[in-house]
Amino acid sequence: MTPASDTTPRTLFGKIWDAHEILRHPSGQSLLYIDRDLIHEGSFHAFADLKRRNLRPRRPQQIFGIADHYVPTLGRSADDAASPAIARMIRTFDENMEWGGLRHFGIASREQGIVHVVAPEQGITLPGLTIVCSDSHTSTQGALGAIAFGIGQSENAHVLATQTLWQMRPKTMRVTVNGRLGQGVTAKDVMLALIARIGAAGAGGHAIEYAGQVVRDMSIEARLTMCNLSIEAAARLGMVAPDETTFRYVAGRHYAPTDQEWDLAMAQWQALPTDDGAAFDREVELDGAAIAPMVTWGTSPEDAVPITGRIPDPASFASADKRKAAAKSLEYMDLAPGTELDGLPIDRVFIGSCTNSRIEDLRAAAAILKDRKAAVPAIVVPGSTQVREQAEAEGLARIFREAGFEWRQSGCSMCAAMNGDVVGPGERCASTSNRNFVGRQGPGARTHLVSPAMAAAAAITGRLTDVRRL
Amino acid sequence: MKAFTRETSTVAYVPGVNCDTDQIIPGRFLKADRAEGYDKFLFHDIRRDADGNLDPAFPLNRPGAQQARILLVEDNFGCGSSREGAVYALADAGIRALLAPSFGDIFFNNALKNGIVPVRLPVPVCEALADHLAADPQATVTVDLEAAQVILPGGLGDHAITIDAFARDCLLQGLDEIEMTFTYLDRIAAFEADRMAHNPWLAR
Ligand code: SF4
Repeated sequence: MTPASDTTPRTLFGKIWDAHEILRHPSGQSLLYIDRDLIHEGSFHAFADLKRRNLRPRRPQQIFGIADHYVPTLGRSADDAASPAIARMIRTFDENMEWGGLRHFGIASREQGIVHVVAPEQGITLPGLTIVCSDSHTSTQGALGAIAFGIGQSENAHVLATQTLWQMRPKTMRVTVNGRLGQGVTAKDVMLALIARIGAAGAGGHAIEYAGQVVRDMSIEARLTMCNLSIEAAARLGMVAPDETTFRYVAGRHYAPTDQEWDLAMAQWQALPTDDGAAFDREVELDGAAIAPMVTWGTSPEDAVPITGRIPDPASFASADKRKAAAKSLEYMDLAPGTELDGLPIDRVFIGSCTNSRIEDLRAAAAILKDRKAAVPAIVVPGSTQVREQAEAEGLARIFREAGFEWRQSGCSMCAAMNGDVVGPGERCASTSNRNFVGRQGPGARTHLVSPAMAAAAAITGRLTDVRRL
Repeated sequence: MKAFTRETSTVAYVPGVNCDTDQIIPGRFLKADRAEGYDKFLFHDIRRDADGNLDPAFPLNRPGAQQARILLVEDNFGCGSSREGAVYALADAGIRALLAPSFGDIFFNNALKNGIVPVRLPVPVCEALADHLAADPQATVTVDLEAAQVILPGGLGDHAITIDAFARDCLLQGLDEIEMTFTYLDRIAAFEADRMAHNPWLAR
């Protein structure tokens, strides 16, 4: 590839990538400089690897640790963990962070929360950065105009040791969402509609940039939800060009630049958006006005339909693979083709996860729940301790409690069921999380992915419900 | 890392599109120390019945399947969670190569870093291979990384392996990437100094 001249229009992605490419190997792999590496309890293999090699983190100032995957939501100490093995994960995390001399927000810290909620909240995530974390939903953080992606533990050890990573440059895809969203339709619904259209493998090997009127009108929190779900379409990452909304969000956050440094940063950030005429490898357009609140019926996020829809007949799929997969999904979900989704009885509700646990998500759910009662067991797990405190200050916690929801401490909780918060075998859960995989929320658990408002509506009626009716 | 040059083996076919890493290894096993071996967790929940007994119908539970060091799988294999435990489980079960139309990106990288070669083959080739294996379960496939070729049985021909040269070199030599990157330390340090000069708030 010839180097781009100054006048060649470039994408947001291309600008950040180029600014972090230390060198390119003859094979085509780039050695990328990594600005931030985020650590959670599951990253322990990378630390074991470093110790085995007698290495230490090379740039401790650029590494942040946050306990989220294994933390209990009913207490704030490792002693409250669901099992000794889980408690050990939380303690090992603290030990590794201390060993590496790394800043970390442990379970009892006021900055604790789900890594992808906390990093933007603290200003650790900023426009123009490269950010990695050994978690696939790192894509979330691209919402601020950064290259943020998930890595494995071997790659994580490499970043800790060198502050760099070898990567093939992904292709680019622009997803333009035109028009305006209807009432009751959220970023979550836009993404489920996108994934249903392009498939769970649809954006494989691509970096997605979200654009269009709908995205420009969105808050940062909604953009975080969009970028979060990029990985469910197999994208390497998702991102949104930084704009005034972004700058307003970032200003004043703990690790954000201030004073003259803010001006210096702004000069760089304002140059980031995709230039007019820049080429993408793929373009996809969605009409925002045509999107309805979505719900999944199967065991892949691509198995999504509008709440007004019916469960498709596996025979209606074009490929043999899809027909087989759909039939298997329906068997696991114990559902029959042709069933209307609106009105399907559920057993419990989970509001939480890095997809939908920020303050705006909780406000949206609380707005539906006010002066109403949940008909099924339901829990709310705020995305961070700060979100939890803010929700308490705003009176949202009271609304949840009065509606019969359990108001929990922050963490990943029932999204991945690693901390012991599980959906029981055969139980049907309306969940604001991101994966409806077989067994994701516990062995035999059946997950229906929905937005926070839809989850609240389902809690009230005990059935999947079109929130626009309430 | 275990070097990879050439591997000839029977092939086990594990069907299912979008087989996510939660299927390959359920999240509750990720707490285990690698030294204990991850092979016992491979496909844990989908290869057992409700009582935890091995389901004889699951492909890897069939007689002879345990010997296969190559798996044929379907589209978007290893999508979902970035958990490298999925690759540990495959590696510890002796799997050295995977054949599929496509793989999850993070999974693909994780595999390469653990001495497993993920080979992308066109859908019709995968389908034809599945049919052939059904008729002849003893058929073997050769993954020849040196020649960058996979040699299929039953007249299905040779196909190029499209892995970039960098990853291929590392695999062929069993080369340690971190050591290799350290040879560029001067350039990394110079780049870093410049970046921090322009973005001093990044290192506080
Ligand atoms: S909330 Fe769920 S998806 Fe997000 S980081 Fe935690 S486990 Fe992963």
